[in-house]
Amino acid sequence: MAAIAAIPIHPPAASSIAEGVDQLHYFLTAITLFFTVLIFGVIFVLMLKYRRRSEDEVPTETQEHLLLEITWTVIPSLICVVIFVWASSLYVQNARPPAASTEIFVIGKQWMWHIQHPEGPREIDELHVPVGVPIKLTMTSQDVIHDFYIPAFRVKKDVLPGRYSSLWFQATETGTYHLYCAQYCGAQHSMMIGWVYVMTPSDYAAWLSSASDNESMTARGERLFTQLGCSTCHVSDGTGKGPSLAGMYGKDEKLKDGSTRLVDESLIREAIVNPNSVALPNYPPIMPTFKGQVDEEQVMQLIAFVKSLASQERTNGK
Amino acid sequence: MNDMAAHGAVHDAHPPGFAHQFEDVQQQRDAGRLGMWVFLATEILFFGGMFTSYTIYRSLHLSAFITGSHLLVVKFGAINTAVLICSSLTMALAIRSAQTGKSKNTIIFWLILTMILGATFVGLKLRFEWYRDYIEQIVPGINFVPHASWGADAGQVEMFMCFYFFMTGLHALHMVIGLGILSVLVWMTAKGRFSPEYNAPLEISGLYWHFVDIVWIFLFPLLYLIGGRYPGS
Amino acid sequence: MSTAIAPPHDVPAEPRVNYLNASYGIKSWLLTVDHKRIGILYLISITFMFMIGGFAASLMRIHLLEPQGALVQPETYNRLFSIHGIVMVFFFLVPSIPATLGNFLIPIMIGARDVAFPKLNLMSWYIFITGSCFVLYAILSGGVDTGWTFYAPYSSTFAHTSVIAAALGIFIAGFSSILTGLNFVVTIHKMRAPGMTWFRLPLFIWSMYATSIIFILGTPVIAITLFLLGLERILHVGIFDPAIGGDPLLFQHLFWFYSHPAVYIMILPGMGVVSELIAAFSRKRIFGYAFVAFSSMAIAVISFLVWGHHMFVTGQSVYAGLIFSVLSFLVAIPSAVKVFNWTATLYKGSISYQAPMLYALGFIGLFTMGGLTGLFLASLAEDVHLNGTYFIVAHFHYVMVGGAVMAYLGGIHYWWPKITGRMYPDVWARIAATIVFVGFNLTFFPQFVLGYLGMPRRYAVYPAEFQVLNVMSSAGASILAIGYAIPLIYLIWSLKYGPIAGPNPWGAKGLEWTIPSPPPTENFEVMPIVTEEAYNYHE
Repeated sequence: MAAIAAIPIHPPAASSIAEGVDQLHYFLTAITLFFTVLIFGVIFVLMLKYRRRSEDEVPTETQEHLLLEITWTVIPSLICVVIFVWASSLYVQNARPPAASTEIFVIGKQWMWHIQHPEGPREIDELHVPVGVPIKLTMTSQDVIHDFYIPAFRVKKDVLPGRYSSLWFQATETGTYHLYCAQYCGAQHSMMIGWVYVMTPSDYAAWLSSASDNESMTARGERLFTQLGCSTCHVSDGTGKGPSLAGMYGKDEKLKDGSTRLVDESLIREAIVNPNSVALPNYPPIMPTFKGQVDEEQVMQLIAFVKSLASQERTNGK
Repeated sequence: MNDMAAHGAVHDAHPPGFAHQFEDVQQQRDAGRLGMWVFLATEILFFGGMFTSYTIYRSLHLSAFITGSHLLVVKFGAINTAVLICSSLTMALAIRSAQTGKSKNTIIFWLILTMILGATFVGLKLRFEWYRDYIEQIVPGINFVPHASWGADAGQVEMFMCFYFFMTGLHALHMVIGLGILSVLVWMTAKGRFSPEYNAPLEISGLYWHFVDIVWIFLFPLLYLIGGRYPGS
Repeated sequence: MSTAIAPPHDVPAEPRVNYLNASYGIKSWLLTVDHKRIGILYLISITFMFMIGGFAASLMRIHLLEPQGALVQPETYNRLFSIHGIVMVFFFLVPSIPATLGNFLIPIMIGARDVAFPKLNLMSWYIFITGSCFVLYAILSGGVDTGWTFYAPYSSTFAHTSVIAAALGIFIAGFSSILTGLNFVVTIHKMRAPGMTWFRLPLFIWSMYATSIIFILGTPVIAITLFLLGLERILHVGIFDPAIGGDPLLFQHLFWFYSHPAVYIMILPGMGVVSELIAAFSRKRIFGYAFVAFSSMAIAVISFLVWGHHMFVTGQSVYAGLIFSVLSFLVAIPSAVKVFNWTATLYKGSISYQAPMLYALGFIGLFTMGGLTGLFLASLAEDVHLNGTYFIVAHFHYVMVGGAVMAYLGGIHYWWPKITGRMYPDVWARIAATIVFVGFNLTFFPQFVLGYLGMPRRYAVYPAEFQVLNVMSSAGASILAIGYAIPLIYLIWSLKYGPIAGPNPWGAKGLEWTIPSPPPTENFEVMPIVTEEAYNYHE
């Protein structure tokens, strides 16, 4: 009995949205309980009161009742509207990460999580974050669909191959929390789990600097940019065969096919693996694809480098 | 029991092919027609899944799909379209012949002509399109070799060819099934089963044949004609 | 409490010719075109498939007694839950009520001699058996480990199990559904007896009609989806795998476009059965007949518009999420309307508690709970937390097992005397119904809690803190298994030793109760002419 009494009914509420989600959950539970008890109760009462007393009895006919039908259609509909509005506004509020979020990169692969902090440190199946700071995770998969799930923060998002997805959270309590893969991904899906360590900002800074690989993602990206020959065409003053990437990230760009797209992580990734799909006007479509030559981690480092050029002035040589 | 005896008396009035779960021939014909329309609805959803997937990928990878479309030979697609439309005409004439009480040889003539046109469709496709694709090594999964000029688009060009083979293959399979149905109809006609009063199998098979024709009429422009092939497009 | 069933006085002493004894021998069964015999063929087949799916579930629940797994390796566990899902969804639940009770009853309830296309009906059964054989082959050749959802690119590129065999089995069985649905639609439209207008039809027929619409329009899409998946797997071409140019989310959209309406294929017939049971065992016309009938149609239509609620966390746009969420709330309303109407039917009724009624009442309670927990999942902010956890598992088992399976058992018990001519012992039946109800709740209620706590689904091993709830769930499963085994025993026993049932042991209204038990092959000696409303208990 003590074991049953000790069963919690919700995980720790350790993020800025957790309490809001829990409140919605309690409301939904209350509605469920109310209607379950109501239906069970009414059935029980009617079962007893109108039990058959003799084989020949003929029950009196009850008339159809339009008002009753309308009532029990409208009231549940109104309840549904309330739930929908409440849940949707929570969802929409939580959909966009705050502008000043710290970005951390996640790569899911069978069957582990690779986490890359922009300052350099890398982790496997563990995520260290500072408390009280909004964190945005940009994620991709190297193979099948995975799902990044932190119950204590009430956040979850599918991690897909070939594209980026993101989620954000702001931890409110220091501590250690479960991290799970929540989309079946093969043999060791249930072992693709780990821990999230929420630390005070000073502890987090100490952890960052004590980690062994301190080369930032931007620096790694810059090295790759040269090693792979990108700098040959993407000359910074715009005199190369390809456009200069200075000042490009975060702006809208008109593509050769006439559409306009925001230069974000996804677009840069597409440009690296499938350049013709995001070709720019006025430039010949000669960029080779780097698919298979760079893994997802390296793509993220290249993106970090391109992002670091965002504040520079735009130079259009042509 | 009386009903059974009474039923026996009218039994000889039922034409051959009458099925006894029905009350009368009219009910059987109505049921057969409704059944075929319902079946065609399922076919629309069946092909629809592929049409939807094709449309989505085409909007995502337009340039690659145009490249792929230009690998197809419009001439044969167009000839086949004409062949199929004619076959629908001959099918309709076969049904009309039965409805107006023409001789069974007339009906068989139109049915066989329909079969010849259908077989022509399949034959042209096999010999001048698929076999040619095989020679040119653009059959995905079998011997697909990308051209250098496609560059990074190669994967999506292969995807276009996949959809081309899947969709036309599924359509061709339906054509072949249709040819089988037509041969059964020829046999039934030869046995004298059809008359102006009873020709439901012809009618509902006609519905099937026209449907297969209509699917091709959608397939042809979608697959063969995207991206334009004339100067300035 | 009502008395035991007493056979009516005019039961003939010597056997009468009926559909069961009209002809003998295996050929007369395997080549039958009698819809009643085909219903029995399906009954045997799906019972066999239920046992396979249930066996997989038993192994799973035993395995989950321990956090590190008590029974099998994770790779085997993955095969177990995949087989459990595939067999239970496609080879038990989807055909259950339609192919057994639907085939048996639809012609009789509308006053026809058979379905519109009896030979097509037999072919449907053979197609079902062929599909089952492919799935059995998949199981025996090492199993399949993609889950019943076959998500790409795992299933198209990474899995090393019998994916093609399993997908082919489902593809083939899909045609069985399509042809059955086609048969039912044409039968209901064209072969109603004189006087049987649409609004005099039993509500079971309305539900079966709505189900058939979904069979016809939805099943072809899963067929094409699995076909494309198979081609990708064999030819290594890129339809769903991004590594070779495809889009894995396209698979999910296509898959769920069928699989969401599929769940309504599984529940609508159950709702139809419950309407019949409530009417018969309270001896009253279902309250709000027209509303219940239209609710079935509304559910069928709206069910095609909500598939995106399975994909709220895939990264689809916020707007898509909002639209699918509001439509998912909308689809709940007709179900609520039905629950209220069934409950109102009990008012001023004459209620008896034989086993079919217990199953029907259990359905109403458990379906209410299951349906309401669906609202949690339609709520975007909630679903982010709950998607992929045991909450989902609990929700769908409440509606599919607490709902559909209980309705199926209730229907089997109610129409058993009509189908077999024998009565089963009602005391044992009531005991079994109670054991099923208790065992079911003990199995699946803890899973709601596990889900909110964050335990993901499809996990072969789990953190130790979840063990107490898992043990409770497994304990419940053992009780549930007993509850399912008992009817198997007494129903088979009743075939030889049960008292002979007359044409109408329940005193119920409906054309099926006006003909002998078991019915003659042609159903009606004289075609009925219908002059009264359905459920006309108020003489």
